[in-house]
Amino acid sequence: MADKITVGYTHLSGCTGCTVALADNYAGLLTLLDKYVDLKYMPTLADARHIQKVDVSFVEGSVCINDKLAVEEIKETREKSAVVVALGGCACYGNITRFSRGGQQNQPGHEAYLPIGDLIKVDVFIPGCAPTPQLIRNVAVMAYLLLKGTKEQKDLATAFLKPLMAAAAEGNSACFCDLMTKVINQGLCMGCGSCAAACPVNAITMEYGKPQGERDLCIKCGACYHQCPRSWFSFDVVSNYEAINEAIMAALQ
Amino acid sequence: MGAELGIYKSCVSARSTDKEILKFAQDGGIVSSLFAYALDAGIIDGAIVAANKEFAAKYPAKCIQDSSNFDMIEPFRPIPAIVNTKAELLAAAGTKYNISPNIALLKEATRSFGLDKIGIVGTPCQMQAVRKAQLYPVGMRDVGASIALAVGIFCMENFPYQGILQLVEDHAAMKMESVKKMEIGKGKFWVYGKRGQVVQLPLKVTHKYEQPGCHVCLDYVANLGDISTGSVGSPDGWSTVFVRSKIGDSVWAKAMAAGCFETQPIEKVKPGLELVTKLANEKISKNKKTLEGRATFGVGKALRNPYI
Repeated sequence: MADKITVGYTHLSGCTGCTVALADNYAGLLTLLDKYVDLKYMPTLADARHIQKVDVSFVEGSVCINDKLAVEEIKETREKSAVVVALGGCACYGNITRFSRGGQQNQPGHEAYLPIGDLIKVDVFIPGCAPTPQLIRNVAVMAYLLLKGTKEQKDLATAFLKPLMAAAAEGNSACFCDLMTKVINQGLCMGCGSCAAACPVNAITMEYGKPQGERDLCIKCGACYHQCPRSWFSFDVVSNYEAINEAIMAALQ
Repeated sequence: MGAELGIYKSCVSARSTDKEILKFAQDGGIVSSLFAYALDAGIIDGAIVAANKEFAAKYPAKCIQDSSNFDMIEPFRPIPAIVNTKAELLAAAGTKYNISPNIALLKEATRSFGLDKIGIVGTPCQMQAVRKAQLYPVGMRDVGASIALAVGIFCMENFPYQGILQLVEDHAAMKMESVKKMEIGKGKFWVYGKRGQVVQLPLKVTHKYEQPGCHVCLDYVANLGDISTGSVGSPDGWSTVFVRSKIGDSVWAKAMAAGCFETQPIEKVKPGLELVTKLANEKISKNKKTLEGRATFGVGKALRNPYI
């Protein structure tokens, strides 16, 4: 028990898809809970639901600023966690909740939703809608290595998490347009097609070697931009893919 | 530099022993033979390749399903497609010289195409995309572990389709429909016509048609492929092959044992690794300069550097 990291899960305005993605690690999740993680609180998957002091907390969903409880919870999460991870498009970027204009049952007055980074400092982003079980797993293992690993493991985890920490520092809005403004406009797109594959709503097709976005379909999850090898790319980490994949798989045996 | 060829376990000059594949192949038929063997041996159950108009006419359901109207697609415009048989593989063989967004099919390959063991071929940047997708699968749920064989191809730069169109039609004065094969080699861009005519253009002419995105690329020989291959370094009709990962090593050993390739030691062939090293260094130093230039591009303003 002593070697485990303590983890919490705050669930705000999200559809539980991120929770399901976490659970979709199946046996991997059980190994995580068995060996590395002491899950202190989490609606849905744990008995304890109230926010406690933890090493790492994952936050699903955006914050409805018309909901006093949600605002208190996100602040309390920040105060009681050493590391806050925004899990999924809504927590990172607002995602589909960006389109809310209120009037829905049974809280018609709940109309204004913000990504959590607009209210608190966030340390790590896991974008995507839903975020993938594998990225959640990789980040969880790396978070463990960062806090409990040897010097070498800490260095690896730091390098691995660096781009996801940079994403958290960079901003709280995402759109297909990021591919235009930060990749194509910057002369960096080489037409590999990663963005089209990553898009969860098939809003992106490749036309004459460049992504073409159906902007009305875009839900603003950030998956396309972050999957793009020209958004950010670390030779130190990615060149070492074989060893890192093996280490993660071994950790979950 | 020293790192220009990436990490590799072995390197040989190789050629397919399959006469049928060689008939369709760009050089030594390495990619086609590897995939044909891997399909046969059950190492992969399908491969993502760059197909073309003719392939799309024959196998429409195997092509990427996007808004493209396959009837309207021009000759030599690549279409990402899934192949499950050698016949399909051969129908898609050959270099297209403009980028095929193969990664766009990577997730769908595991979905409607139902692949559990994917083969994928791509340029060095596409191998980077594959590995990023495995380590940071932001939007690639349940994809990483299904990638069973990634074959990288050497790449100095690529062209947008319209660039190829201008080179072939305006500079080489040939119709796209009449082109049999294109090739870059011996310092020239070659266009071979179906009637047997050959036009060569100096590479200098081609530079302005390159995709800008290629000019920040720091990988010539697909360092992140399981296996990577290209014509450079080997005699005509042969290809240079780097075997890089554990997966690559195992597949290559099995394919060799099955008699798929004849090989020569890379040290024994001309021009050999010396030329590969030279070109790799040329690409990397040229593009490092581009990256440096981007850092001071404006007045106190930089262009974005994707590398961290």
